[in-house]
Amino acid sequence: MRRLAFAALAALLFLALSPALKPTGIAGTAFAVEPSEMLQDPNLEARARKLSEGLRCLVCQNQSIDDSNADLARDLRVLVRERIKAGDSDEQVKDYLVDRYGEFVLLRPVFDWTNLLLWGTPLIVLVIGGIVMAMRFRRTAASAEPKLSAEEEARLADLLEKDAAS
Amino acid sequence: MNGFFSLAELGHYSLVLALALSLVQATVPLWGAAKRDSRLIRVATATSLAGFFYIVFAFGALVVAYVVSDFSVANVWENSHSAKPMLYKVTGVWGNHEGSMMLWVLILSLFGALVAIFGGNLPETLKARVLAVQAWIGSAFLLFILLTSNPFIRLDPAPAEGQDLNPILQDIGLAVHPPFLYLGYVGFSIAFSFAAAALIEGRVDAAWARWVRPWTLTAWLFLTLGIAMGSYWAYYELGWGGWWFWDPVENASFMPWLAGTALLHSAVVMEKRGALKIWTILLAILTFSLSLLGTFLVRSGVLTSVHAFATDPTRGVFILGILVLFIGGSLALFAWRAPSLRQGGLFAPVSREGALLYNNLFLVAATATVFAGTLYPLALEAVNGEKISVGAPFYNLTFAPLMVPILMAVPFGPMLAWKRGDLLGAAQRLAFAMVAAIVAVAVTLVLTGAEGALAPFGIGLGVWLIAGALNELLDRSGITRGNFKHALPRFFGLPRAAFATAIAHAGLGVTVIGIIATTAYQTETIRSLKPGESLEAAAYTLTYQDVVPRTGPNYREEVFRIVVTRDGKAVTAVAPTKRFYAARQMATTESAIKTFWFSQLYVSIGDLHDDGSVTVRAYYKPLVTLIWLGTLVMAIGGVVSLSDRRFRIGAAKPARSARKGRAAEAGA
Repeated sequence: MRRLAFAALAALLFLALSPALKPTGIAGTAFAVEPSEMLQDPNLEARARKLSEGLRCLVCQNQSIDDSNADLARDLRVLVRERIKAGDSDEQVKDYLVDRYGEFVLLRPVFDWTNLLLWGTPLIVLVIGGIVMAMRFRRTAASAEPKLSAEEEARLADLLEKDAAS
Repeated sequence: MNGFFSLAELGHYSLVLALALSLVQATVPLWGAAKRDSRLIRVATATSLAGFFYIVFAFGALVVAYVVSDFSVANVWENSHSAKPMLYKVTGVWGNHEGSMMLWVLILSLFGALVAIFGGNLPETLKARVLAVQAWIGSAFLLFILLTSNPFIRLDPAPAEGQDLNPILQDIGLAVHPPFLYLGYVGFSIAFSFAAAALIEGRVDAAWARWVRPWTLTAWLFLTLGIAMGSYWAYYELGWGGWWFWDPVENASFMPWLAGTALLHSAVVMEKRGALKIWTILLAILTFSLSLLGTFLVRSGVLTSVHAFATDPTRGVFILGILVLFIGGSLALFAWRAPSLRQGGLFAPVSREGALLYNNLFLVAATATVFAGTLYPLALEAVNGEKISVGAPFYNLTFAPLMVPILMAVPFGPMLAWKRGDLLGAAQRLAFAMVAAIVAVAVTLVLTGAEGALAPFGIGLGVWLIAGALNELLDRSGITRGNFKHALPRFFGLPRAAFATAIAHAGLGVTVIGIIATTAYQTETIRSLKPGESLEAAAYTLTYQDVVPRTGPNYREEVFRIVVTRDGKAVTAVAPTKRFYAARQMATTESAIKTFWFSQLYVSIGDLHDDGSVTVRAYYKPLVTLIWLGTLVMAIGGVVSLSDRRFRIGAAKPARSARKGRAAEAGA
């Protein structure tokens, strides 16, 4: 029990110290959408936000244009809104950007032959793993010890009963 | 200053000595183990302790150089400044490439020394081989430091002042995050060394798993905390309240964590039942290989772009060489030796073993998904020059669905018997948890006005994990079977490992609830406000008062004062700021966070406008702190597990029966 108490104490200590991890800092980059960029129509704006989340800020490291305050990200956000205002569907906006900047702009890679291995990985691993497991179980089931005969079962039950009674 | 002047040379020299010792440790004990020569075998312990001493000395020399601001050392000049606070002078040691590699080998040799000291009960030859394998890794990285990343190189003439550390890195979160992460990463090297040693030895048994598990658990514990800290740092630093970005650098630490979690579980099967031996060995190899891969990804610069890697390839190619050598070598050793290991312990698909194997299957699939997402773009660009991006939307579609079946299965695992379990019976005994989960789904649906069923399902999943953990403890103490009389003493008589499992699984549930609640129900308000104007964020009203200038130690800042009210009553005030660091000509933005119970109000400042207004972003993040509190609970589970009697040094093996005896006495 002492060890458990020690563990609890350590946890409390960590919690007590954790304010030290609190926001002392400096936000490295700032943020995205400015009110001035936003569209009047809340539905269109919501679509623009959703699209922005899936588009990469091309000059940033792994940030969407919705998250980045780089000038290019701002230009792209404005561009996305212009296309939406012009009546483009979500797909048309994406196609427009892919035409200009390539597939790199999409944070969700296209599902095509080139990316088959990427998208297929989870399924491939699950299927292969599942097959290997199934084969193992089959082999062990085949080689498992033979079943007890009725007489042996009865003796076993008897023994267990005696054991429980004592 | 003169007194310290030669310290860097001494540090450099001890690093060379450590390499020499490491090379001896990598060879002589192996020879001794093959020849069964005890004198040669004992070389392993001596060299590993001496090597540790020299690496500590070298690391200490570097720390001293930082503390006294010895700018004649190039590494100190590049990353430090005489006016920097002492804390950041010290933590600045590992805030750069050379220093962080020093920390890497320091931790590696620390783990080696711990095996040398506490491995007294290991079979002589196994211990010698483990330490030898550990020394191979040590030699490779010491060579890497000495040839490509030497932190002790001098500048002549010595500059008068250093170049300082990037202010963003001068942060307590970032200061403690790397050591934790490395303790995790590098800690898995022990599991790797044990696996390689077992393969060389050609023998692996339950005792092996009993030795490996505490080391793996320790590494996992630190990695869990390290990742959580990194996540919290990103949350408050990056300014829009995201806590996980699926960034390749994050993935680099997440992959060993996923594989390590799988390893922890398969090692249980091996320890208790002697089954899954070969698989556990392979997992141990894979887990550390992923740690090496993480080191390569972060340290080689390959992530920023393949071009950056190609223009200065020395370091990258060197680590890639280490990677290929160790992963290839160990897998070859595995392919050669594993078939000769005897498999043991039969079990049915529905059993505790089966459940743990199911866990492994999905965790490995998840690891593979992250692996593909991280490396596929690099591979594709290298093959045909095509550039694609793999971001959060990819993982939401692949990783998240893999987590659902595994989370649903978690409470079943501990409820199933070894060898052959009863799924229906387990489901019946989990009735309490099921009811709790269904109630949670219903309550969430009502509270949120029934918009979308996915998030309430997620919350229910989290509650299912927590209630399932509790359910298991109650069941084992007999309460669910109506056995109230002996329940209490039985509860306290449960082995600590049972509590550990329950705590860790409940922690996972806590994290799941935090993730789902924040993702699905956070509100965001972005408006440009003039002084006196206000905006609404969830139940709170934020009124922008004014902006006041303030001068910090090495920056100027503008503080935006905002009053927070709820139902017309003032609750608190927040003050996000915009800072300007004159020395580096860098502008930064500081968000303000207020915690209400487990939820947080997150406020940050955007652009300033000519008409005196300012863009204010306010997020209300319900239950967001549960994300990190849950990881803390998981880590506590790890600590409790480590304190289990069977891992204690010198504890007698039949601890379980002794405990049962005691419990029975207490019950009578």
